[in-house]
Amino acid sequence: MNLKKKNNKAWLLVLPVVIVVAFTAIIPLMTVANYSVQDVFSPTNRLYVGLDFFRQIATDPAIIAAFQRNLIFSTQILAIEIPLGIIIAKLMPRHGWKAAAALVIVAIPLVIPWNVVGTTWRVFARPDVGLLGVTINQFREFDIGNTPSDAWATMVMMDVWHWTPLVALLVYAGLRAIPDAYYQAASIDGASVISVFRFVELPKLRRVLMIALLLRFMDSFMIYAEPYILTGGGPGTATEVMSILLAVIAVIQFDLGKAAAFSLIYFLIIQIFSFIFFTVLTLDERPGSTKKRQKKVVASRRQGVKAKEGSA
Amino acid sequence: MTTQAISITRESKGGSYFDWKSWLFWLIMAVWSVPLLWLMSMSVRYNEDILSVFEIIPSRISFRGYIEFFTEPLWYGALINSLSYTTMNMVLSVAVALPAAYAFSRFTFSGDKHLFFWLLTNRMAPAAVFLLPFFQMYQALGLFDTTYAVALAHMLFNVPLAVWILEGFMSGVPRQLDEMAEIDGYSFGRFFLTVFVPMIRAGIGVTAFFAFMFSWVELLIARTLTGPNAMPLGVQMSTTSSAAGLDWALLSAAGVIAIVPGVIVIWFVRNYIAKGFALGRV
Repeated sequence: MNLKKKNNKAWLLVLPVVIVVAFTAIIPLMTVANYSVQDVFSPTNRLYVGLDFFRQIATDPAIIAAFQRNLIFSTQILAIEIPLGIIIAKLMPRHGWKAAAALVIVAIPLVIPWNVVGTTWRVFARPDVGLLGVTINQFREFDIGNTPSDAWATMVMMDVWHWTPLVALLVYAGLRAIPDAYYQAASIDGASVISVFRFVELPKLRRVLMIALLLRFMDSFMIYAEPYILTGGGPGTATEVMSILLAVIAVIQFDLGKAAAFSLIYFLIIQIFSFIFFTVLTLDERPGSTKKRQKKVVASRRQGVKAKEGSA
Repeated sequence: MTTQAISITRESKGGSYFDWKSWLFWLIMAVWSVPLLWLMSMSVRYNEDILSVFEIIPSRISFRGYIEFFTEPLWYGALINSLSYTTMNMVLSVAVALPAAYAFSRFTFSGDKHLFFWLLTNRMAPAAVFLLPFFQMYQALGLFDTTYAVALAHMLFNVPLAVWILEGFMSGVPRQLDEMAEIDGYSFGRFFLTVFVPMIRAGIGVTAFFAFMFSWVELLIARTLTGPNAMPLGVQMSTTSSAAGLDWALLSAAGVIAIVPGVIVIWFVRNYIAKGFALGRV
């Protein structure tokens, strides 16, 4: 009953999308690949250099440093945003106008243009006239313009402010999808708040959490506008992430080959994570997967009860 | 009946349980809104005050930023530019994505999984990767520094997004509907436009919102593809912020204005916002 019809004429329906995306993605990517293997002096004078640029990229200390910064940044914001998002989602009201109002208020940071986020935080964090800067200055020295660690902390804080709502909304949607009967069963079993979370909610939230994790990882890996406006990559290179560096190489230094090689490597990393993301997203569209998960939930609930009995 | 039973068992854990939670929630939200309130307060303060006096509640108020925004062609022109390419992009993306999403939700065809995944990779691709080729391509096409260039370029991530979200919504409509329409003698085109599209209008609205939103907040591509003629609001803001002597009041006013469209529309899509951000899969 649920089997989709096999029909290759469906390609006609997909054709417009394929054409559009070919125009906006494939042709540009081919240009990038083309540039990455040759040194362009002028449109008529170019030299084939093979994989030289890729070698340069892999050994360029500035790029390696930017890559590490990206990794550290993503790890830090995930470590803060995921737990905080879960907490906020758990606290959000579930019924009535309050629930609607809460949804809207939580979602507001997500729809703010990225450059406005940067602009706001740029003044907000100023040590002399910004609320955040002045507040922190009461306790310890804070100078976003000169102290690298302060600039970094502000960037992390800004991202947490901007994107934790995404995690909260996803988790909230996940929590709403848990049937009341589950809670009922848990309360009959006398489960505590913690074991309800651990054995009832967490298994059900696994998929939304994976989505949140991957989305936030990929987006934070590509972050550009916010740190660009907040610090411009400074002080020094303290907040210079890969996008900022790439934009500098491509648009300001106009080093086409190097920028192209860098782009391809960058794109490849994202591809790998996209694939993991895709697998997670389409998980329950595979035959048999729902049954398996239900079994798991039942098993984990039994386990929870056992654990409860064991401790009593 | 069942919900009643649960609420009794939950409340029996203590009367103050619910209050404590909602107080904490609104407290967090209050902290969360501080940067935004700060932006709003900046937009009505005097420039001299912003950079010299630290005050939480402005001592004197001026709406010069807003007045200048709406009288200076450079600024309101930038707002119009932004609105025009986001709108164009939204309409095009949804129009192109509708049939494709239908195909993905209803049929299997050779290479469908690969195509679907490949679309996703474009949504996830770092914009910085496409800067250089976009710049050259649109210059060669003579579209550089027009709103069309940005509208087209943003389809890079908005078309895949639209396909994914719409597919999520369409899969919620039972396939029997299509079969019944076929038995009733509807042609595919007539069924799609007069029965199917109206049925998923909520999904289309949400998709349009997300296409609009992601085009609205994007800066890097928009900045690369525009010069003085088609300059979007975000770029206008950042060019001002790199020049000497920043007009913070005007900048903040522009920031507040740039937030307004999003905030208004959230209300209508609040229940679908998680679904949209998760590409139609929550």
